[in-house]
Amino acid sequence: MPIDKDLVAALATPLVLAILVEGPSYGYAIVKRVRELSDGELEWSDGMLYPLLHRLEKSGHVRAEWGASDTGRKRRNYHITESGRAELADQRRQWDTANRTLGGLWGMTVATGEA
Amino acid sequence: MSVLDTRIAEWRTAILRGGAVTPEDADELEAHLREQSDDLVATGLSDEEAFLVAVRRLGEVNRITAEFAREHSDRLWKQLVVARDDTARGGSVPLMLGFAIGAAVVIQIARLAADVPYRMPGWFLLNLGLFVLPLLAAYFAFERRVRPRVALVLGGVTLALALAVNLFPFTANAQTLTLTALHLPVLLWFVVGVAYVAGEVRSSARRMDFIRFTGEWAIYYALIALGGAVLLGLTTLVLSPIAPGAIEQVWLWVLPSGAAGAVIVAAWLVESKKSIIENLAPVLTMIFTPLFALMLVGAVVSYIAVGIRGEFNRDLLAGFDVLLLVVLGLVVYGISARQPGRASRFSDVVRLVAVVAALVLDVIVLAQLIARVGDFGFTPNRIVALGLNLVLLVNLVVTAVLQLRMLAARGTAFDLERWQTRYLTVFAVWAAAVVLVLPPLYGFS
Repeated sequence: MPIDKDLVAALATPLVLAILVEGPSYGYAIVKRVRELSDGELEWSDGMLYPLLHRLEKSGHVRAEWGASDTGRKRRNYHITESGRAELADQRRQWDTANRTLGGLWGMTVATGEA
Repeated sequence: MSVLDTRIAEWRTAILRGGAVTPEDADELEAHLREQSDDLVATGLSDEEAFLVAVRRLGEVNRITAEFAREHSDRLWKQLVVARDDTARGGSVPLMLGFAIGAAVVIQIARLAADVPYRMPGWFLLNLGLFVLPLLAAYFAFERRVRPRVALVLGGVTLALALAVNLFPFTANAQTLTLTALHLPVLLWFVVGVAYVAGEVRSSARRMDFIRFTGEWAIYYALIALGGAVLLGLTTLVLSPIAPGAIEQVWLWVLPSGAAGAVIVAAWLVESKKSIIENLAPVLTMIFTPLFALMLVGAVVSYIAVGIRGEFNRDLLAGFDVLLLVVLGLVVYGISARQPGRASRFSDVVRLVAVVAALVLDVIVLAQLIARVGDFGFTPNRIVALGLNLVLLVNLVVTAVLQLRMLAARGTAFDLERWQTRYLTVFAVWAAAVVLVLPPLYGFS
């Protein structure tokens, strides 16, 4: 089932930050990780990830540097910063609330994590 | 060259067109394409097929460049490459000319009605901004095809302002009338700003665009004025031997029309060239920030060493308001040209020095003035000069702190940018207060 594009846009920031919490990563790997996590149900244009990453860099949530892959190909690696972690925690609180609210209506048991 | 290389080279050319995507971004996107293609080839696709699928997943070139342009609107301001296929960006010439001529006609009707320059009635000065700036706002509203609701709000606010200032029962030679006449254009400029950003007033990036526009517009306007002065001077010279009597009429018809029309023309020029050449405000900033920093530090040292002599008056405070405004301009336009990741530490330090020196200087002057305020009393002029000084002081103190955090790598230029774009609201509220609240407060005297 494809997910509504506004919802994808809202999801994108916490999703990318949460992936970067697992460790530094780069564009293509992030896209692959998203596909893997959502079983391919979360479809977005891969190209849209980069403006998002650049926005996060500009606001200081991530740090970027050029590196190289094992095969020597140029690659831009992204690391999460302290402010990125704070932003993620904040986003997580918001998503928890959203989950709880909808879950209450739909009678689901939603796992709420400690933010 | 393999099929894949050729295809990627073609794709790269397409994505770089327009200037929103830098070669560095293209490198990043290209790496993505190649890696995706490699993975697809590993599953058994041919090079050609793999490339097609990878490009399709990446998204349409137009949508990617549009998204980059939105995210990095600053780049379009300093592009050396002209995107010729994008003629819509500057707006159409006839529309611009229509509004420019409209502004000229309005100002001439007002001039004839007021019998300027033989008499200078208060209402003419009071409404000077209203003759031209609403047309500029309307031009942008048309150009940007703003939503009807935004257009309605813009029209309503302009009308309300026009009614308010003209219904105020100002007494003759009232200080508050002069202050309102000075601040109304500022307030109207913010109305222009709302039209400029097409109603997206909450967006920090759009607000920053408006700040850039303001600086570039002022420079263009000054250049046009310079050219106009040369034109009028030479016309006078040419006419003097044959028809000296006609000179005055030429000035009366050309000067006001030109000054009003140039407001629209300058705005159009800024918009149409913003992608053609490097913008000027940051270049001027680069030259003048170190010079101002030197001058300010020198002033602080001598103020402290020598002590302040001579009389202090309101003009001096107004002068210091201008000084703070100039320093603020240097910081804002310096920041707007700063490229993330490749900023010069030197210019950050120079900016900080300039801001701190201006602050120290201002505090010295303010302390002197406030100590003597008992002798002067609070006239409207002094309230406004002091109020503006405080508004600027608060902005610059926070600016200095943010700049310091930036140097300590604990903050980013983005924080500073956001602070400045948010502070625009304070300036607008301040101008509105001077225009609408101060006159009744002082009984319109």
